[in-house]
Amino acid sequence: MSLLHLQGVGKKFNGLTAVSDFNLSMESGELVGLIGPNGAGKTTVFNLITGVHKPTEGRIVFKGEDITGLRPDLITRRGIARTFQNIRLFSKLTALENVLVANHLRLRSSPVEAVIRLGRYRSEEREMIGYSRSLLEAVGLAHVAGEQAGSLPYGQQRRLEIARALATRPSLLLLDEPAAGMNPVEAQELMDFIRQIRQEFDLTILLIEHHMRVVMGICERILVLDYGVTIAQGSPADIQKDQNVISAYLGVETDA
Amino acid sequence: MDLALFFQHLANGISLGSLYALIAIGYTMVYGILRLINFAHGDLLMMSAYIVFYGMLVFALPWWLSVVLAVLLTAALGMGIERAAYRPLRDSPRISVLISAIGVSFFLQNLGIVVFGGRAKAVYRPAWLAATIDIGGVSITTLALLIPGVTLILLLMLSHLVYRTKTGMAMRAVSRDYDTARLMGIDVDRIISFTFVTGSALAAVGGIMWALRYPQIHPMIGVMPGLKCFVAAVFGGIGNIPGAVLGGFLLGIGEIMLVAFIPNLAGYRDAFAFVILILTLLFRPTGLLGEKMAEKV
Amino acid sequence: MRRQGLKPPGAFVRLSEAYRQQPSRWGPLLTTVIILCLVSFIHWAGGHLNPYQVRILNLIGINIGLGLSLNLINGFTGQFCLGHAGFMAVGAYTATLLMMPPAVKQMNFFMVPLVAPLRQVELPFLAALLLGGLLSALMGVFIGAPVLRLRGDYLAIATLGFSEIIRIVITNIRSVTNGALGLKGIPAYTDLWWSWGFALLTLVVVSRLIHSSYGLAFKAIREDEIAAEAMGVGLFRHKMLAFTLGAFIAGVGGGFLASLLTTIDPNMFRFTLTFEILLIVVLGGMGSITGTVIAATIVTVLKEVLRGVEAPMDLGFVSLPGIPGMRMVIFSLLLIVVVLFYREGIMGRRELSWGRVLGTRDKTPDRGADT
Repeated sequence: MSLLHLQGVGKKFNGLTAVSDFNLSMESGELVGLIGPNGAGKTTVFNLITGVHKPTEGRIVFKGEDITGLRPDLITRRGIARTFQNIRLFSKLTALENVLVANHLRLRSSPVEAVIRLGRYRSEEREMIGYSRSLLEAVGLAHVAGEQAGSLPYGQQRRLEIARALATRPSLLLLDEPAAGMNPVEAQELMDFIRQIRQEFDLTILLIEHHMRVVMGICERILVLDYGVTIAQGSPADIQKDQNVISAYLGVETDA
Repeated sequence: MDLALFFQHLANGISLGSLYALIAIGYTMVYGILRLINFAHGDLLMMSAYIVFYGMLVFALPWWLSVVLAVLLTAALGMGIERAAYRPLRDSPRISVLISAIGVSFFLQNLGIVVFGGRAKAVYRPAWLAATIDIGGVSITTLALLIPGVTLILLLMLSHLVYRTKTGMAMRAVSRDYDTARLMGIDVDRIISFTFVTGSALAAVGGIMWALRYPQIHPMIGVMPGLKCFVAAVFGGIGNIPGAVLGGFLLGIGEIMLVAFIPNLAGYRDAFAFVILILTLLFRPTGLLGEKMAEKV
Repeated sequence: MRRQGLKPPGAFVRLSEAYRQQPSRWGPLLTTVIILCLVSFIHWAGGHLNPYQVRILNLIGINIGLGLSLNLINGFTGQFCLGHAGFMAVGAYTATLLMMPPAVKQMNFFMVPLVAPLRQVELPFLAALLLGGLLSALMGVFIGAPVLRLRGDYLAIATLGFSEIIRIVITNIRSVTNGALGLKGIPAYTDLWWSWGFALLTLVVVSRLIHSSYGLAFKAIREDEIAAEAMGVGLFRHKMLAFTLGAFIAGVGGGFLASLLTTIDPNMFRFTLTFEILLIVVLGGMGSITGTVIAATIVTVLKEVLRGVEAPMDLGFVSLPGIPGMRMVIFSLLLIVVVLFYREGIMGRRELSWGRVLGTRDKTPDRGADT
C-alpha cells in the first residue's frame, strides 16, 4: 500500500481552476519531484495535501486514512510536515524555540501540569529540548541556537525551516522550493543535505523545485504540472525528452 | 398591524438609516484604503455638532456659515488625525494603528469634556424642522424628510466623485492595491488625505443632523453612532460604498422596527447592532456586498 | 539520536534562562527575599498607611492581575481582544450577588425584587470570587468559540461588541442585577493580602504558562498562524486556552474590584475600563510580564495623582477650578505617544530577570525572544 495517495484531486478558487484531476501515489522512501512553470499549481498541491486548502474534488489518503479536508495541525500530527516557498519561520523566536514549537504536538502534559511543573511535564520538556538541540546539530545550526530566527542568513533560515519540519517527526516531508535563491554550489550542498536527512530520518520526500539540475540529479520520479494539469511523469531521463514538457517550458528560463 | 403605523415606523427607520449610511461611508472608505477601523470617526461627528453649536451661539454666526465652517473644520481635523496618528504607522503592524485610533477616539471625547464640559447641551431646533407633515395618514417631521434628502444629495455627489472623476479612480485604485497604485504614479499620501477629508466631511454633516434629531449634544454623542455605523459598514461589506449605504439603512430600519414591534426589547436597542455584527462576522464575514479576500500561503 | 554535551554551553545557558529562569544561582534566593519583603511590607502597611494609600496599593495589585490577563491574550498570543470590561462585569456581578448578605440585597433591590435563588445566598469571599471567575471563563468559552476564528481588527471589534452586549444585558435584567441602579454596600473584603495575593498568583501562573511549551505555542500563533498550524499547533485549542484563562482572571479581578469599591453599576464596565487595562499592557510592552507589572503601578499611581487635576484646587492665594476629563486626555495622549514613538513600551518583549539586574548573564547578545 502506498504511503500517500492522491486521487483525482482538484481545486477551484472562485471558479478559477488551480489544479485539476491530480493523481499521485508515493511509496515509502521515495523522493519525488514536482516541477512546472510559475503558477502551474505546485504550491496549491502542497496546500491541498497539508490541509491549508480543502480540495473541491478528489480524495487524499495517507497511510491508509482519508485525510481529505482535515485541519492542517491534525494532518501534521499524522506525519506530514512541510516547508514554505517564502520562508515562514517564527522570526522573533530563537532558532531553538522554532524547533521546540514543532515538538509541542507530542506534549502529553496538560496546561495545568505545565504550570505546576509536575515531573511528567519536566521530563517531557527535557526530552523536547534535547531532541531539538540534536536536530539543530544535525542540520549544522547548533551554534546559532540562541539567535533570533529572523536574523539568520538566508541559507541557514532554509535549513532551520527543514529542521523545524523534522521536529514534528514526519514520515512524509514536503519541501517547497528549498533551493530558491541559492547559487549552484549552495544548491548542490542542499541536495546532499536532503539526501542525508532522507537517510537519517527515514523520510519520504515530495519536492517542488525550479533548479532543474538539482531536481534531475536527486529525484527518482518527476511530475510536471502546467496550468494545474499533470502533463508528464516519469524518470528524470524521460522527462527531459518529453515533448509536452519541452513546449511547456519553451521560452521560460529555468534558472538552473 | 396598522399599516399607517408601520409606515410611520418605516419613515422613522429610513431617517435614522440614512444618518447611519452617511457615517458608515467614512468608515468603509478608510477601511478600504488603510484596512483600519478608524475608531475616531464617530467622535468627528461630535466635534462637528459642537462647532455648529458654538458657531451659532457664541459667535452668533448665521446657521449656514456655521454648518459650512463645521464641515470644513471637521474635514481638516480628520485629515490632521491621519497625518499625525496614522501615517507614521503606515508600515507598522495593523494593530498598532488600531491602538493609535482608539487613543485618538478617547482623546477627542475627553478633550470634548475638558473644552465643552461634560453636561449635555440642548440644541436649538428651528420650528420649521420640528413641524409635522401629514402624508396619507403618516405624520412625519420636516427633519425626518430632510435627513434622507440631504443624504441622497450627498450620495449622488459622492458617487460622481468616486466613479466619474480622476481622483475617484485613484481612490479606487489605491483601495484595490496600494503598492501597484503607487507604481502607477498615484500620489498615495494625497489620495489617503483626500479620503479622510471626504469621509470626515460626510461625518460632519451626519453629526449636525444627528444633533438636530435628538436635539441635544454631549461629548460622548459620537460613541454609539460610531460603533453602530462601523457595524453597518461591516454588514454591508467593508470597503464597499454601496454596501455601507445598504448596511446603514438596514440597520437603522431594523433598530426602529425592533423597538416598535417588540417593546419589551427596547432596552436592548443598542445591543441589536452588535448582534448583527457578530452574526455577520460568523456567517458572512465579507458582508452583504463585499468581495472575498484570502491570504496567500 | 541524542548527542548532548558536545556543544559549547552558550546556546544551552540561554535556553535554561528562557525555560527555567536560572540565570543566576542567587535567583531563587533573591526571589524569596523579595517575597518576604513584600509580605512584611503588607503586614506593616496594614497598620501604618492611611486608607487612601492602602486603597491605591490595592488597586495596583488588582491592576497587575488584570493587565497580565489581557497581556496573555493580546501580547503573548497576539489575539487583539477588547472585551475585558465585559468579563470583569460578569465576575464582579456574580461575586457580588453571591457574597452580599441577604439583608443588604433586600435594601438594594427595592424597585424589582431579586430572583428567588439568589435572595438567600451568602457565600464566603473566596468561593464567590472563584465562581465569578468561572462564570466569566464560561462566558469566554461561549464568546471565544465563534470569534476566535476572526483575525486582527475584526476580532477586536467583535470582542468589543460582546463586551457591550454583556453590559446592556446587565443593565436590562433588573431582577438579577438591579439594572442601572447598580449594587451598593458590597462587603469590603478586599485587603492588601487578597489583592497582592491575586497579583502574585496571577504572575506565577501566567509566567509559568508563558515559559512552558504552551507559551511557546502561543507565541508561535502570534508570529505566524499558518506556520504554527503547519507545525501541529492547534490554533483554536491554544487561542481558547489563553482566552479562557484570561477571562477567568479578569472575572476574579472584577470580583476584587467590586469588593474594593463596594459599589458597582453597569456604567463602570464601559469600553473606558478596557481602555485603561489596554493602556497598561501597551505601556508596559505587549508580551512582557515585568513590563505589565511596572506599567500597572505607573498607571494606577498616575490616575490617582491626576485626580488632583480634576478636582478644584485651592492654593491659598488663588483657587484653580478642576478640569474634568483631563485625566483621560492625558491617558489617551500617553497611549498615542507610546504607540507612535515607543512602540515597544517600557519593556518590549523583554523581561527583568535576576541575571539582568545583577549583570551575571552570559554574554550572548540580547535579542527580543528571551521572554
